[in-house]
Amino acid sequence: MSVVSTGDVSEKTLQTSDLIYKYMRPEHLPQIWCPGCGNGTIMRDVVQAIDNLGLSRDKTVIVSGIGCSSRAAGYMDFDTIHTTHGRAIAFATGIKLANPELEVIVIAGDGDISAIGGNHLIHAARRNIGITVVVMNNNIYGMTGGQYSPTTPTGDYGTTAPYGNLDRSFDIAGLAYGAGASYAARGSVYHVRETIQLIQDGIRNIGFSIIDVASICPTYYGRKNKKGSAVDMLKWQKENAVTMEQAARMTDEQKKGKLIIGVLRQAQYPEFTYQYARLIARLAKEREE
Amino acid sequence: MGMTKELIINSAWCKGCGICAAFCPKGALEIVNEKVRRKEGTDCILCGMCELRCPDYAIYIESKREESEQWVKSY
Amino acid sequence: MGKVVLMQGNEACVEGAIAAGMRLYAGYPITPSTEIAEISALRLPQVGGTFIQMEDEIASIACAIGGSVAGTKSMTATSGPGFSLKQENLGYAALAEIPLVVVDVQRTGPSTGMPTSPSQGDMMMARWGTHGDHPVIALSPSSVEETYRLIIRAFNLSEKYRTPVLFMMDEIIGHLREGVTLPEEGSIEIEDRLTVRFPDPKRKAYEIKSGRFIPKMAPFGKGQRYNITGLMHDESGFPTNSPEVAEKLMSRLMHKISDHYDDIVQYEAVGMEDADVMIFCYGGTMRAAISAQEELRAQGKRCGIFRPITIWPFPERELRDFAPRLKKIVVAEHNYGQMVLEVERIAGKYCPVEFVGKYNGTVLTPQDIAKAVLGQEEGKEA
Repeated sequence: MSVVSTGDVSEKTLQTSDLIYKYMRPEHLPQIWCPGCGNGTIMRDVVQAIDNLGLSRDKTVIVSGIGCSSRAAGYMDFDTIHTTHGRAIAFATGIKLANPELEVIVIAGDGDISAIGGNHLIHAARRNIGITVVVMNNNIYGMTGGQYSPTTPTGDYGTTAPYGNLDRSFDIAGLAYGAGASYAARGSVYHVRETIQLIQDGIRNIGFSIIDVASICPTYYGRKNKKGSAVDMLKWQKENAVTMEQAARMTDEQKKGKLIIGVLRQAQYPEFTYQYARLIARLAKEREE
Repeated sequence: MGMTKELIINSAWCKGCGICAAFCPKGALEIVNEKVRRKEGTDCILCGMCELRCPDYAIYIESKREESEQWVKSY
Repeated sequence: MGKVVLMQGNEACVEGAIAAGMRLYAGYPITPSTEIAEISALRLPQVGGTFIQMEDEIASIACAIGGSVAGTKSMTATSGPGFSLKQENLGYAALAEIPLVVVDVQRTGPSTGMPTSPSQGDMMMARWGTHGDHPVIALSPSSVEETYRLIIRAFNLSEKYRTPVLFMMDEIIGHLREGVTLPEEGSIEIEDRLTVRFPDPKRKAYEIKSGRFIPKMAPFGKGQRYNITGLMHDESGFPTNSPEVAEKLMSRLMHKISDHYDDIVQYEAVGMEDADVMIFCYGGTMRAAISAQEELRAQGKRCGIFRPITIWPFPERELRDFAPRLKKIVVAEHNYGQMVLEVERIAGKYCPVEFVGKYNGTVLTPQDIAKAVLGQEEGKEA
């Protein structure tokens, strides 16, 4: 089934679903990502979660860093800011402090958030500032052509790991959990419905939330590591994913090479801007007295 | 008029990755010349799995009230 | 006359900033600027503003930019090593046109250097520190009172021209305590950025119009829904690789500052009416220069002082006006020779330009400067 427009070609390129039309900037689509890249699906998951929650487009801000993931900001129809490499969370912190009523969502890549931006990640989690971070985790630096990242599994290949990666890899959601994030979860490109739900819950959580979504990079990570096509990589996610509950009943040996998805932690801690507003109110009251 | 649902393909945005076709529960899609299209002789049940997974928003289910719209659909 | 209070330079910086409307401070402790963070932490929640101690220097400037994007006047302060770390995001704020004030209380460097000793070694970093061509406004105060007044001006220029403004203090001024005559309440002129009041989807966030047009800013969260990026962008704010568009953007950014030279550039001239020798200095060095000039005048020397208050853009027109009637210019600064390069470039063809500097953690004395003026300079290699 194809569609023939009665209008001209430019009109036809704007043809899209209600969801995309409402929350994206269709005049900037299709996006620059490679065929089969998981980032587009994750970006859709984010706007689906926003739609499900009924958030105002005018009160939602998208912040991104640098890398493949960072291009998401430009495609999304909100106030959007494409910042510097690794610093998205720090910019987002300033936006949230200046206007705590805004829903601030950071979209970042694995290198962006856990290598150059790792310090900001752990401290935003510790501070429990009320922003939501969605990680497009494709295990590689894609924009620069396939160098190994902090989430490239040991032994896997990248252009800077021609003999296999000697480093151990980060579990980004686990890292944020350890640093004190009040919501930390792991999703995947294949598990669309589950991931949308995780993003929704993360946004609804008052404090710092992170949803580490396993993306796929068929062009660089896939090709370098003989993972097959985008379809093959998604099939791998389908076949190797286990839920947090299932994983709890598995031995370490059984968990090896599995993709564990679900919520790592949901806890209640005081949120930073809320605490600060209380401080301002307390000082104002003391002055009156 | 009741609600009708339709599968729409925006070929201009399709990059031919094949994800929609691979995960279509009815095998109702195929990639020809790096673009997706409906496969002849198959049933589309309008489940929308393709829309959820398409990274490029090039395929989706449209719900509409009226048959006559600004777009002319051809099969 | 307003109230006179005793203040430290770093304190005057915060109080002036609050008077200018600063309501977000993001910083990281570093000597000798730390008091700016401490006093901001104490004072901002009292006026309904927010202080945050970020995890590092880079996060601090990023957070301040974020605050400004959401419509709050924001500041960060640091010293040499931290100023180095902030450079990338400084360029971001310049290209994305985000108002912001960055204070650098200079200390002796390079590297960790001498953290508690004064210096003016970051003057060229202020101009060229971030990569790529970019416009810069940098101001430098020479007293505590001027710190109070000039930081207000830093915010005003930043808001008016949608650009980061660098406030180049030094350890001398930062830690100095002296009386400050506060401006009368209501007498302070405050400039606020022009903002978009009614969201318009057709509006171009970075519109280029003829003349001295500076696009209005839309605070995030008010419905404009636009894009900000550190990539070269077109008028709508979206990335571009077009050489034509990039050239137009760069040209507008540079002209935004250079076309407003008269509004931005300030300087002080002391005894320059009849002077045939000029002491060129700025910031904390002014204090020794004043004593030197008084001493030289007492000896019958026709000596004057030229002090840029605006460092960048450099007050080259004024310096060029003075230079032809001078026998000599002595540039006094606490570094190995930075602004002297600029003075040589502009005045060198009219008169000899000599340099007297300190870069060992100590300060220039009036005698050092007077000696240089009299021609018994020890030379910078000594």
